[in-house]
Amino acid sequence: MEFGLSDEQRMLAESVRRFADQNVDAERLKALADAGETADTGLVEGLAGLGTLGIVTPEGAGGSAMTLLDACLVQQALGRNAVPAPFTASAILAPIALAAAASGGDWLPRLAAGEARIGVGLSEAAGRRAGTGIELDGERASGTARFVLDGVGADAWMLTTTDGGLILVDADAAGATCVALTTIDRTRSFAEITLKRAPVTLLMQPGADPTLLPRLLAAGRTALAFDSLGACERMLERAVAYAQERKQFGRVIGSFQAVKHLCAEMAADLEPCHSLCWYAAYAAAAYPEEFELMACHAKAHMGEVGQFVARTATEVHGGMGFTHEMGLHYFFKRIGVNRQLLGNPDQVRQHAAALQGWRRAG
Amino acid sequence: MDLKLSERYEDYREAVRVFLEEHRSVWRQPMADSDGRPSAAGRSWQALLIEHGYTCRTIPKQYGGHGGKADILESFIAAEEFHRVGAPTGLANQGISMFVPTLLECGTPEQKERWIRPTISGEIVWCQGYSEPGAGSDLANLQTRAVEDGEDFVVNGQKIWTSSAHFSDMMFVLVRTEPEAPKHHGISYLILSMDTPGIEVRPLKTMTGRAEFNEVFFTDVRLPKTQIVGERGAGWQVANTTLKHERGMLGDPGQANAMLGRVVAIMEEETLDGVRLIEHSGLQDRLLRLQARAQAMKLHGLRLLTHGLKGEDAGVARLIVKLNGTILNHEIAAFAIDVLGELGALYEDSPHLKDRGFWQTTHMFSLGLIIGGGTSQIQKNIISERGLGMPREPKPASKGA
Ligand SMILES: Cc1cc2nc3c(=O)[nH]c(=O)nc-3n(C[C@H](O)[C@H](O)[C@H](O)COP(=O)(O)OP(=O)(O)OC[C@H]3O[C@@H](n4cnc5c(N)ncnc54)[C@H](O)[C@@H]3O)c2cc1C
Repeated sequence: MEFGLSDEQRMLAESVRRFADQNVDAERLKALADAGETADTGLVEGLAGLGTLGIVTPEGAGGSAMTLLDACLVQQALGRNAVPAPFTASAILAPIALAAAASGGDWLPRLAAGEARIGVGLSEAAGRRAGTGIELDGERASGTARFVLDGVGADAWMLTTTDGGLILVDADAAGATCVALTTIDRTRSFAEITLKRAPVTLLMQPGADPTLLPRLLAAGRTALAFDSLGACERMLERAVAYAQERKQFGRVIGSFQAVKHLCAEMAADLEPCHSLCWYAAYAAAAYPEEFELMACHAKAHMGEVGQFVARTATEVHGGMGFTHEMGLHYFFKRIGVNRQLLGNPDQVRQHAAALQGWRRAG
Repeated sequence: MDLKLSERYEDYREAVRVFLEEHRSVWRQPMADSDGRPSAAGRSWQALLIEHGYTCRTIPKQYGGHGGKADILESFIAAEEFHRVGAPTGLANQGISMFVPTLLECGTPEQKERWIRPTISGEIVWCQGYSEPGAGSDLANLQTRAVEDGEDFVVNGQKIWTSSAHFSDMMFVLVRTEPEAPKHHGISYLILSMDTPGIEVRPLKTMTGRAEFNEVFFTDVRLPKTQIVGERGAGWQVANTTLKHERGMLGDPGQANAMLGRVVAIMEEETLDGVRLIEHSGLQDRLLRLQARAQAMKLHGLRLLTHGLKGEDAGVARLIVKLNGTILNHEIAAFAIDVLGELGALYEDSPHLKDRGFWQTTHMFSLGLIIGGGTSQIQKNIISERGLGMPREPKPASKGA
């Protein structure tokens, strides 16, 4: 019995953390994020060099066939520095789906090498807003997918259809358009993809594998929870460090109990999140029957804790925390967007209720 | 990451299950008499638990313990199985959970010989005399005095919030023996019999309406000088070994999950306007928030267990348990009261009372646990100072310091 990270997992996280520290310091983050540069080639190459882009990809397809937990530890390390590079869609979600669909062509090795990118749109599977949804008609598709993760500048988009299928659309397919959605988070890109009788590859026939979309959604939710976990860790560290430098009333503000207690509350909320997130990711392979529910818990709970930490760590910095200059806001915003993506806590809890058979029929 | 247990531990789990099934008739009886003391069934159950090593596992046989090696995984598995069927985990009083571990670390061979066996068997009941009217969170400010007189100590002063004192045989108590020394250095840890002349116990009702704790007054109470644990003036260090054991005890995540399971059962059964409460979206949302927190704390417990198995210090992860665990338990009870609605307001022997008033009592009692054993604010001081390395409170200039 061991509930913790292995030495290999710790080393993996450490190597990505080091990479992020070296390549995305505060200055670089500001330069990239302010320019909306969410796919800096240097960073993508670096992540490919570390082997992280093929982390869940099968070995035969150029990957290292590691677990969702390993991939999520990378995600957490990226969240720690708000790294402006596409990862969740191209390195976690797309490979899982392509490997399951067994009709992924040569995408897998190209994704693993960082030579291609796929944007993934699962928002409609998590909850469909009016005006969205994609209908399939033979080998052509029409409709709109919103909040396609890492969608801007991608080579293809992986989208869900309203009847529960999964399709892949080439970015240069006739009838496919991509509009960048500007969000508060400038470290990742989100796209709205509109299809007008665009030719598509059907990765999964509606209903062919009833577990695939739920699994993908759960993987996405878990990854986003880890991203927020990393960002929260960093915000708390920065708050604690700042509180020991900044002086008011002749003493460091970290010696005021009101400030210490804010930090203690953040730590007390955050510590158990590690375990909850670990378990959700671990369940993907070890306890598949629990995966969806645990992913809901991790996503919803991390959403709530994330909101508290993002706000509180900012408060500890006083006016400085509110400035653009300080750069804390990149984390605040990343956590804020993670909270909404693939279902905000309220939506996700409703899903968790349904999974436990607690929703009224109709 | 591997949650599977080796065969040896799976066998152990099976043995615990068989044991619990076999002795169901013992543990289904009340563990305490109406005066609060362990019942005959409670003592028989305790004896069975010691014999099988489900409690007092590492206490040497010569003192009446099980005399086994520590195996935190076995203890964890046993606790899980006990919680699963709702079996009591043995007598839990401050003598067993706090005094005995302290004695094992700091007591003389004679003291261990004399006190441990009757304490763990439930024959002797102890209370903890620490808090005073002027010394709660600031425990080291305690003023109850003991002076030497020939072969005796003579104690004068007052304790307060002393749980169980009204039915206890003995007390372990902190007193000031060196009034001139800095406040942490003038304290001694004594043990005294509650029937010594000069002790007066006045029960205090708690908000539950029951007399759960007391004021205890000392007027020229004499005890032999041999009844000191540790050195004279070293009582603060001795007491800290005890506090360590108390904090380990509070905030058990198994309890949170067990309570949530009971709330779900109520929500699946009870209806409002013909709709099951479990389908009521507002309650459902709160239930799910608590469920996530309880899961997180349960898994956090597994993480700490893993650190323990490897002999690692879990650092800040360990320091948050009392704060989070006691608050979570209280909030689950508060939620259960909301689930019951007006029925949640019933009390004592009212008609329609659910679960014999368990939720009402637990709602209040769990608030006491947030306060006792170091309040939440004190826990936050500990987390920020020891866990996050933030500056300690500036000390007021104190005499002799
Ligand atoms: C159910 C129950 C059982 C108990 N059983 C026993 C027992 O058997 N034996 C025994 O000796 N004691 C017992 N106690 C006493 C318990 O240890 C004290 O109540 C506790 O330590 C708090 O002390 P206090 O009551 O004096 O509160 P105070 O210390 O006066 O605290 C009042 C408020 O001030 C806050 N506060 C105090 N100091 C600080 C600080 N430095 N920073 C920030 N906030 C602060 C507290 O957090 C609290 O909110 C029991 C208490 C309860 C509730």
